[in-house]
Amino acid sequence: MDYTTFRKQVLDKENSVVEQTKEFIKSIEDKTHLNSFITTNFEKALEKASESDKRFLEGEPRKLEGMIIAIKDNISTKGLRTTCGSKILENYVPIYDATVVERLNKAGAIIIGKTNMDEFAMGSSNETSYFGAVHHPLNSDYVPGGSSGGSAVSVAADMAFTALGSDTGGSIRQPAAFCGNIGFKPTYGRISRYGLVAFASSLDQIGTFANSIEDTAALYEVIAGVDAKDSTSANIPVEDTMLNIDNLNPKELKVAILSDVELKNCSDEVLSVYYSILRKIEQQGISIEEVSFDNFDAFIPTYYIVATAEASSNLARFDGIRYGYRAELQNGDDVIVKTRSEGFGAEVKRRIMLGTYVLSSGYYDAYYGKALKARRLIYDNYKKIFNQFDFLFLPTTPTPPFKIGEKLNDPVSMYLSDLFTSSANLGSVPAISIPLGASSQGFSVGMQIQSNHYEENKLLNFSKYMLSL
Amino acid sequence: MYNQDKYEAIIGLEVHSQLLTESKAFCTCSTKFGDTPNTNTCPVCLGHPGALPTLNEKLVEYAIKMGLATNCHIRQSSIFARKNYFYEDLPKGYQISQYDQPICYDGFIEIELDEFSTKKIGITRIHMEEDTGKSIHDIDIDTLLDFNRCGIPLIEIVSEPDIRSADEAYKYLEQLRQILLYLGISTANMEEGALRCDANISVRLRGEKNFGTKTEVKNLNSFRNVQKAIEYEIQRQIEEIESGNIIHQETRLWDAAKHQTRVMRTKEMAHDYRYFPEPDLVEVFVEDKFQNEILNTLPELPLQKKKRFIKDYSINNYDATILVNDYDLANFYENTIKCFSQPDKNKNKLVSNWIQTEVLRILSEQNISINELNLSANNLSELIELLASDKISSRIAKDIFPEIISTGKNPNAIIKEKNLVQVSDDALIESIVKKIIDENPDNVQKYKNGKNNLFGFFVGQVMKETQGKANPKIINKFLEKYLS
Repeated sequence: MDYTTFRKQVLDKENSVVEQTKEFIKSIEDKTHLNSFITTNFEKALEKASESDKRFLEGEPRKLEGMIIAIKDNISTKGLRTTCGSKILENYVPIYDATVVERLNKAGAIIIGKTNMDEFAMGSSNETSYFGAVHHPLNSDYVPGGSSGGSAVSVAADMAFTALGSDTGGSIRQPAAFCGNIGFKPTYGRISRYGLVAFASSLDQIGTFANSIEDTAALYEVIAGVDAKDSTSANIPVEDTMLNIDNLNPKELKVAILSDVELKNCSDEVLSVYYSILRKIEQQGISIEEVSFDNFDAFIPTYYIVATAEASSNLARFDGIRYGYRAELQNGDDVIVKTRSEGFGAEVKRRIMLGTYVLSSGYYDAYYGKALKARRLIYDNYKKIFNQFDFLFLPTTPTPPFKIGEKLNDPVSMYLSDLFTSSANLGSVPAISIPLGASSQGFSVGMQIQSNHYEENKLLNFSKYMLSL
Repeated sequence: MYNQDKYEAIIGLEVHSQLLTESKAFCTCSTKFGDTPNTNTCPVCLGHPGALPTLNEKLVEYAIKMGLATNCHIRQSSIFARKNYFYEDLPKGYQISQYDQPICYDGFIEIELDEFSTKKIGITRIHMEEDTGKSIHDIDIDTLLDFNRCGIPLIEIVSEPDIRSADEAYKYLEQLRQILLYLGISTANMEEGALRCDANISVRLRGEKNFGTKTEVKNLNSFRNVQKAIEYEIQRQIEEIESGNIIHQETRLWDAAKHQTRVMRTKEMAHDYRYFPEPDLVEVFVEDKFQNEILNTLPELPLQKKKRFIKDYSINNYDATILVNDYDLANFYENTIKCFSQPDKNKNKLVSNWIQTEVLRILSEQNISINELNLSANNLSELIELLASDKISSRIAKDIFPEIISTGKNPNAIIKEKNLVQVSDDALIESIVKKIIDENPDNVQKYKNGKNNLFGFFVGQVMKETQGKANPKIINKFLEKYLS
C-alpha cells in the first residue's frame, strides 16, 4: 500500500496512523535479518502518529500527515544518531536537522528510523557498512543494491511508506531497481544538501524511494526548493506535479535511446526487459531514436575521479577531535592518523587514497583537471540530447541483483554497476528508476528515464504513464 | 653587519588581515574578539557532518574595497577553492580559500622612503579566505582548542618581490595597516592577531638578474619582529653564502626570544595542499554597479591625505605624519580648520600643535579615541581663534580646556562667564608694570646686577595683579622698557 492510498483510508476513517505505525514497527522487528535499519525511532514515531491522527480528526492534516518514512543514515537528524554506516560516527548524534528533515517534520511526516547504507555511501551493494550488509528482501543471499540499500529495502519490505536516500552515482536508482520500487533523483540543486553528510558535493543529491509515482511526487514537492543554507540549491520554483497522464499525447513525445554498443555490458535478462519495453513504447506511437553518447567509456573513470577527489576532502573532517570516534592513544600516536586508520573501513580508505592521488600536485592536470573537462562534455552532450528529445530511456543497471560477496573483492566490476546511472549525476540531470519487468529468478528489473534539467514534472508524468502501460 | 654593497635582498610579504565583519565568512556566528572560548560556534564553522558554508557578502565587499584601495584589478567572476591539510584547529580538514582565481590582482601601493621620495610596491593578489581555530599548547595540560576564531573572514595580501630591505618591509606593512584602518575593514592589530605577516626572503649579488633561493619566515607577530626577523634572515643568508654554503628552500620560524630564525619545514616536508574548486559554493560574480558603489565610498588614502595636508595647510611632514596616522584624528584636524572663517597658516599650525600636545595627551591618559572625546571641532577652532587673536593667553586656554571637554560649553561662553578675556590695554598694563617696579626696588636692583631669572618674578607679579589675564607680550614689552 502506498501513502496516497493510506491517506484516503485515514480520511475515510478506515485506518489510523497509529495502527499503521505499529504495523510497520512489527514488520521491522520481524525482518531484522534484512538489517535495513541502523537506528529506529519507534517511541517518537508513535508519539507523532497519535498527533497525526488528531490532526486528521480535526480535519487539518498537513501535506504529508502520517507519511511514515525511513531516512538514510547520512542525513542529519537532530537528537537521532546519524552514523553514515561508519564506525567513525558510530555514536554521533547531530545537534541539527537537515533541511529536508525540517521540511518533512513541518509537513507531518513521521521518521520511523535511520536506514543502513554503504559506509559514507561508498558502494553499490550495501556490503561496506560497518553495521553489516543489508540483504535483499526476496533472497537473503543477494544484495539489495547500494549505497541506499536500507532505504530501498524498507520501502520494498513494508517497513515504511517511503524513504529518503542519496544518489551520488546511482545510489538511489540502483537499489530501487534491485528491490522493485521507484527511485527518484531530481536535478542537482533541486533539493537542499544542507545536512546531507557529503560524499561528493558536486554530485550528491537527496532523492526518494516510493511504491507509487503519487507518493514520489508528494514527497518531492515537500522537500524540493531553494534553501538559503545551501548555496548550490536552485532558485527555481517547484511547481505542483499535477499528475495527469490523460493529457499526455504519446505521438508528440520523442524518446532517445542508447546504441547497442553502449549496451554491450548488459546481461540478457536486463536486455530482454529493455527491448520488450521499447516495443511497448513504439506501439504507443512514441518516436524512438538512437543517440550517440560520446565518450561513453569515459563515464565511469570520470565519475570515480571526481567523486573520490571530493570525498578525500569531504571526509577530512572526521579526525576524532570534535565528535565521533577517537582512537585510544599511546605515547607518540597521532590522534588524527590513528582515529582515521581505525575509524574508516577498507572501501572508504581506498577512495580517500584514490582521491588524494588524483588531486596531488603533478597529477592534478592528468586526472582531476581532465575529469572536469570530460564532465563538461557529458553535460553538453545531455544538453544536445534534450534539445531534440523529451527523455532518455535506458536500463538502470547492467545486471539484476548479484550475490553478497560476489563483487566485494573486485572493485572495478562493482564500480561498473554505476555504468548507466553516474552520467545523470555528472550531467546534473534528473533521473528515475521504475520497475518494469522481472528476471528469471523473480527479481525486479528497473528501467531508467532521464530528462532535461528541472523537468521533474514532465519526468514524473511520463513515469506514471510508463507504469500504466 | 652584512655587506650591503655586495648583496641585495629580495623580499615579498604575505599579509593576512582579519576583516571587521559582524558575522563569520561562511556562517552567522559572531566575530567578536575575546569571548568565552567556543561560544561563537555552530555546525558550519565546527565542520559538523552535512553542514554547508554560505558566503557572507561583506567579505566580498571588504576584499574589493582593499583591492580598489591598492590599485588592483577586480576579477568579475572568481571562485573559492579548498586548501586541504590536517591540523587540530582546522575543523573541516580544509580551509576555504581562493587559489588560481583570486578576487583582486595586479595592484600596487606607494611607500614613502623619505620626505622626498616614494616607491611602488606591487601587489600580486588579494584573496578571500577563512581563519582557523586557535590552538593553545600547554605543557601541563593538553592542547586546548578555541574555535571562536575559526571562520572569521580574512584577506591575504601578497606582494611582489619588490621590497629590498627590512625598513622597506616595515614601511610597506605600516602603509597596509593604515589603508586597512582608513577603509574601516580591520582593526589591523598585530598583537591581537588581526594582522599577520609572513616574509619571503632571498639575497643575491648586486647586478645579478636571477633570484636566489628564498626562505619563508613565519611567526612575525609585531612590526618590530618583522623588521628584526628580516634583518636577521638577510644576514644569515649572506653569511651562509659567504662561507660557501647554499641556501635551502624552507620555512623558518622567527624566535623573538632567541632573536633568530630556525627551520620549521624543509622543502621535502612542504604540504601538498591539493587545491581544487570548492563545490559547496557558487562563483562570486561582481557586478559593475556593486564595484562602482564601493569605489564611490572609498575614502582618501593616508599618503594622499598627508600630501594634501602639507600642501593645503602648510604644515610640515612630521606634523602631517602624526595627524594622518589616525584616520579619525586627521578628520578632526581638518574639520577644525574648516570651522575658521578666515584660515591662516598660523592657526593651522596652532591646531596641529594643540592636537599633538593637549588632545593626544588626554586621549592616551584616558585610553580613548578622538571620537570618544567630548570635544567638537567647533569648540577647538573657537579656542584656537581666541588664542590666535590674543583674546586669551595660552595659560588660560590650557586652564579652561578640561572644562570645555567636561561640559561641552563653547570657549567664548566660558571666558565670558569667568571674565577671563585677556587684557591687552597698553596703558593699563604699563601702569601696573610701573607699580610693581616701584614696590620691588630690591629685586629691580638684583635684576640690574645680572640676576636675569628675576624677569619671571616680575611677569608673575603683573599676572597676579590682573588675575592672569594680562597679555604676556605686552607685559614683556613694558618690563623690558622699565628694567633696562
